[in-house]
Amino acid sequence: MSASRPPSTLAATSAVLAKELRLERRAPQTLTAMALFSATAIVIFHFALGRDEVSGALASGVLWVTLTLAALLGIGRVFVADSEEGGLDGFLLAPVERSALLIAKALSLLIFLIGVGALTSLIFAVLLLGPTPSVTQWGSLAIVIVLADIGIALVGTLVAAIAIQTRTRDLITSILALPLLIPVLIGATRACEPLLSVGGGGLATRWLMMLGLYDLVFGLLAYALFDYLIED
Amino acid sequence: MTTTKPLYGRRLTGLAIATAVVVTASIGLAFFYAPIEVDQGFSQKIFYIHVPLAIVTLGGFVFGGIFGVQYLRTGESRHDLRSYTAIHQGLIFCIGALITGSIWAKAAWGQWWVWDEPTLVSFLIVFLLYCTYQPLRFSIEDPERQARYAAVFAIVAGVFVPVNFIAVRLASPLIHPRVLGSSGGSLPNDMRIAFYSALLGATLLFITICKYEMASKNNRAQLAALRRSISGESGDISTGRSAAPKISPS
Amino acid sequence: MASTDQAVVCEGLVRRYGERRALDGIDLTLKRGQTLVVFGPNGAGKTTLLRVIATLLRANEGSVSVLGNDLRKNGREARSEIGFLGHSSLCYADLTARENLTYHARLHGIADPDERIERLLIETGLESRGDERVAGYSRGMVQRLAICRAVLHEPELLLLDEPRSNLDPAAIDQVEALIGAASGRSRVIASHDPAGGLEEADLVLGLRAGSPVMLAPAGELTAEQIGELYR
Repeated sequence: MSASRPPSTLAATSAVLAKELRLERRAPQTLTAMALFSATAIVIFHFALGRDEVSGALASGVLWVTLTLAALLGIGRVFVADSEEGGLDGFLLAPVERSALLIAKALSLLIFLIGVGALTSLIFAVLLLGPTPSVTQWGSLAIVIVLADIGIALVGTLVAAIAIQTRTRDLITSILALPLLIPVLIGATRACEPLLSVGGGGLATRWLMMLGLYDLVFGLLAYALFDYLIED
Repeated sequence: MTTTKPLYGRRLTGLAIATAVVVTASIGLAFFYAPIEVDQGFSQKIFYIHVPLAIVTLGGFVFGGIFGVQYLRTGESRHDLRSYTAIHQGLIFCIGALITGSIWAKAAWGQWWVWDEPTLVSFLIVFLLYCTYQPLRFSIEDPERQARYAAVFAIVAGVFVPVNFIAVRLASPLIHPRVLGSSGGSLPNDMRIAFYSALLGATLLFITICKYEMASKNNRAQLAALRRSISGESGDISTGRSAAPKISPS
Repeated sequence: MASTDQAVVCEGLVRRYGERRALDGIDLTLKRGQTLVVFGPNGAGKTTLLRVIATLLRANEGSVSVLGNDLRKNGREARSEIGFLGHSSLCYADLTARENLTYHARLHGIADPDERIERLLIETGLESRGDERVAGYSRGMVQRLAICRAVLHEPELLLLDEPRSNLDPAAIDQVEALIGAASGRSRVIASHDPAGGLEEADLVLGLRAGSPVMLAPAGELTAEQIGELYR
């Protein structure tokens, strides 16, 4: 008889996360769709704005509208595989803390978002961005993307858990997530604006603090409420 | 089985009369007692409608969240009904606040909408978020799950409101002098009296309407239960899909 | 491990969906090592009962305990002892059988699961196709994999919802050691087959519209009496 004892939350989280990443590697749907969407969106912005180059507030806006809408695609997929194949029940039957699912799902969404964020910024810099950011500015940009993506991943997982039980999953995901993400968008665009300006500028800590506050508040909220969404 | 629960809404008449009196009095005070504001003239009178509506809206959303917490704790459907009603009426008051705010903006700054008035912009965002409350409820069939998810929404949205206000305020350069703070703290005495009575009027109006909505929902549920017991049916109650809370007629 | 003679105890169990009572006042005690077979027409509440005992659904009223663990308080401890086989396999179609089982083994905290997984795959005849994606499996193979998943962590109590659906006679023999009487585990089985179900039952529960209309030791009942439930 093989020995078994209830795994820790960390062990359960890593099991779910490994499964998520394996699923995405096996059938790379979410990441591919998000990346393709972002690249196409930048091309669309080129024509819609009628510009070959953008900078400053406009550049920041284009980048974050693209990333936010791409995030919606990812959010819409968070629990799809589980609901189709009963994987949620599979998790719920295991002797583990429910929060492990929240953490693992948010982490895997975060990994996707950061991947898409990095790729999109590169494509954006090549295709549409006027000024060339310095190494420090790239670093600052990375910090903003990570902080904003943490918030998007947390709220996104929460919204996805709500939406998966509704009849109109895609509609609910979008109309619920977009207004909730407006503060993230405000913080991220304002923080990126000087980084993408001609002449350039530094990072304003108050936007980072705002993003950090958002991450903290909604992280705690998601942790407190997640159980009510997956239990029955 | 006979229902012994008292009908809701029997004591509402008194409250409704009190509300009518206070609302009428506060309108009178606002138009005839409070002085004409020096800078903005007569158009500033809308302040006595707009700001109370806005404050009551936020109060409604906060209580929606608090009742949501209570629902998750207890699982009692009356908390769900309270949360639903507070948010439903809050949304209606929110529309009022947005429209009066827009009129005020037109009168004061010549434009129907100003983006550098953070409170107004925050209200628009909050309005857009709470607009999803009904569609969310409607898209979940099981009443118990619907109530639970609605409670989670009410709590998340309730916390979102202040976070959103902070973010929007940080992002808005304050160009327009804030002649009148939302709190009414810097008002001259006669204006303050008119403002507080208007706030009281709006609050009473909100409570009265909420109580009437809950009374109506409860009475309808009891009526349906009576009909069923008369016709001798039992088991399933197929009232169709609804965004409104289910009330158990026990 | 909780030491108690009772595998499952339900007291006044009520589960509602909205205002419909899917389970209406279930009282039963199943001794350790025995088999309870639940009969009833579609929609009678068999699956709901199994899901409540499996901790997938909460009881609205009354209490349920599994091997001495009150599900309300000690659901997590109880889950270690429960193997649930429902209508869906709970396995991901884009993963292989081995990957699916490894995932569940990690969720159940099984130390060194590889050997156990290998043995189960051999017993169910899946070992040669264990590295194929589940999406390519036939329904019978998926059911066999689901059985492996349900017994992976050596649960004391098996909850089986029509466990032999989609299985051919050869496969039924294959899984007998895992989920049959030979497994030596306590079992709750939802069944549509009066004769076959009665054969393996120690205790029979008949449900109709959520209400327990029959609860008796199997020896006191005939297949005809159980067939009446479906009329």
